[in-house]
Amino acid sequence: MAEIRYIDGLRQAIEREMERDTSVIVLGEDVAVGGPFGVTAGLVERFGDRRVINTPISEDSIMGMATGAAIAGRRPIIEIMFIDFVTLAMSQLVNHAAKLRYMSGGQLSVPLVIRLQQGAVGGWGAQHSQSLEAWFQHVPGLKMVAPSNASDALGLLRAAIRDNDPVLFLEHRGLYFRKDEIPDPGTVPSLSTAKIMTPGNDLTIVTYSKMVWEAVAAAAELAQRGISAEIIDLRSLSPLDMDTLVRSVQRTHHALVVHEAVVHGGLGAEISARIQETAFDWLDAPVYRLGAPFAPVPASPVLEDAFVPNAKLIVRCAEQMIGP
Amino acid sequence: MSGRRNYEGVAENSDILHRDMLQRMWLIRSFEERVIDLCHRKQLAGLVHVGIGQEGVAVGVATAMGDDDYLYGTHRSHGHFLARGADPNGLMAELAGKDTGCCRGRGGSMHIVEVGRRLMSATGIVGGTIPLALGTALVAREEGNVVAVYFGDGASNTGSFHECLNMASLWKLPVVLVCENNGYAEFTPMSAHTVVSHVSVHGQPYDMASQIVDGNDTLAVLEAARNAVVRARDGGGPTIVECLTYRLRGHYVGDPESYRKADEVDEWRGKDPIRRFTSVLRDRGAVTARDVRRMEESARARVEDAVRFMQESPWPSSASVADFVYA
Ligand SMILES: Cc1ncc(C[n+]2csc(CCOP(=O)(O)OP(=O)(O)O)c2C)c(N)n1
Repeated sequence: MAEIRYIDGLRQAIEREMERDTSVIVLGEDVAVGGPFGVTAGLVERFGDRRVINTPISEDSIMGMATGAAIAGRRPIIEIMFIDFVTLAMSQLVNHAAKLRYMSGGQLSVPLVIRLQQGAVGGWGAQHSQSLEAWFQHVPGLKMVAPSNASDALGLLRAAIRDNDPVLFLEHRGLYFRKDEIPDPGTVPSLSTAKIMTPGNDLTIVTYSKMVWEAVAAAAELAQRGISAEIIDLRSLSPLDMDTLVRSVQRTHHALVVHEAVVHGGLGAEISARIQETAFDWLDAPVYRLGAPFAPVPASPVLEDAFVPNAKLIVRCAEQMIGP
Repeated sequence: MSGRRNYEGVAENSDILHRDMLQRMWLIRSFEERVIDLCHRKQLAGLVHVGIGQEGVAVGVATAMGDDDYLYGTHRSHGHFLARGADPNGLMAELAGKDTGCCRGRGGSMHIVEVGRRLMSATGIVGGTIPLALGTALVAREEGNVVAVYFGDGASNTGSFHECLNMASLWKLPVVLVCENNGYAEFTPMSAHTVVSHVSVHGQPYDMASQIVDGNDTLAVLEAARNAVVRARDGGGPTIVECLTYRLRGHYVGDPESYRKADEVDEWRGKDPIRRFTSVLRDRGAVTARDVRRMEESARARVEDAVRFMQESPWPSSASVADFVYA
């Protein structure tokens, strides 16, 4: 089986969809030279500058342009270099892209993919490391996915491009160069289903993106201590695949949500509330959340380590939940 | 599809064309006067902006465009849409929130769309449709079509407006940027919110063609818009067409209008674009007083049909509140 890097998965997804559908176009800053990480390298040479549009640094207008191209029949993929910069494009994203289908009574369709790169790695500090997914799960009309591995980077991006609604595609910078096997490179998965990464019986760990790998490490450690953890990789953050979560919790009776984003008001709050609403009778403990403290992302490596949750914390939290 | 023109077989400046334009100006005026009336009677709700006094811009621009060209509006776009042939029934029903509205009652006055006529979108976000228009222009340029987008003097101070001037000019996009300069952004006169004397001045640093036109002179708007549309279609890139005009009513229906003097409004009432265009056509013998009366009557009758349609239409079902959020 072939192994590829996460960024190669992203590039291959874009290439394949551009090959199969001429309405797919790419817009973003520096995309003609591959962007800062090389995801879009080689695209302009293959598909030309009418389909790979290198834009000025004008986030709000690029978001609006991509939306205006989408409602006229294109399938734009827009690259926002760092999710931190999407703050500049919030009006077009939230007021137009997310709402045009609804406000037009279904006349308009916005098949748009917004690629956003995020995550706290390497001490890039407070304006290049945020995890902002909580903002967008609150906006009706948007979808959101966050792949944890190269195979999903490839498959979910293809699914996102084919989807007829705006999809925020959250890439983790700390995963760009990890390699994974691609079991079935030809398949395009469903955009909205969670995946059970590791089956287990005592505790459900609900997580996504890079934290999946901290959970995997934690599960190995927990197994040594006699606790069998089931890891659910959400993949889709909006909508949430509640069926998979609830079925798991009904078996394990314990749920722990782990994300890199700030805990306060984060996605974990929504997940926790929904589990308690639908599976309260099955729970043996409150649903717990692990995430970053209520602080901006620090630059110092020591502080960054203290900011991002890790396997050790997951193990400790799980042990407390299960008890002796 | 490639740049099909409106009014096939109708000569460019024929009486037939001009009479049709005047008829549409009356339709817009009658529609919006009735909208104000219905708001006062509480039969329409919401935040409603009318463009009474600005009909010359709406009709001049619409007449310059081809059937396959795209149009984007603002928060004040009933007239922009009606000028291009939007269905008055669907529009009136939309303002009332009825299920038969052009947007099934989900949009309302500021968010009208009639995609069948390529009326792509109005918006409640000042300046918000300008980048949408540029994006649609990426598609239009492959088809030989043009995109027109309206904005106000107030919108010229949004950051995105300047981003878009740069990009439209950089890529020579087939866009016509129609500024309805009515002298006010809400309650603030242009002199207090903008340092340059005219919005079109912004064209120059972005290497963009621009033109200032008397927006209450309907034929002057038509001429300027035609030039801009031809330039866009021929690959000459974008143009700012700044139409100097005035809204004779408040910023929104219910605006107490304490920020301007009655004699200023009176002065502009004397420059009413419908009266001016009527006298041009009468002087030329293109219409008689009777023709004009008939136009007004038929416009009012058409609007009454729309009101009846709206009143008799069903409400959307409450259960459908979350329909159309996703595909
Ligand atoms: C982004 C944004 N800011 C503020 C408003 C509130 N607002 C609505 S209309 C308006 C004035 C717009 O002036 P202009 O662009 O000249 O258009 P006009 O109303 O004169 O047609 C303002 C400030 C808004 N709708 N959107």
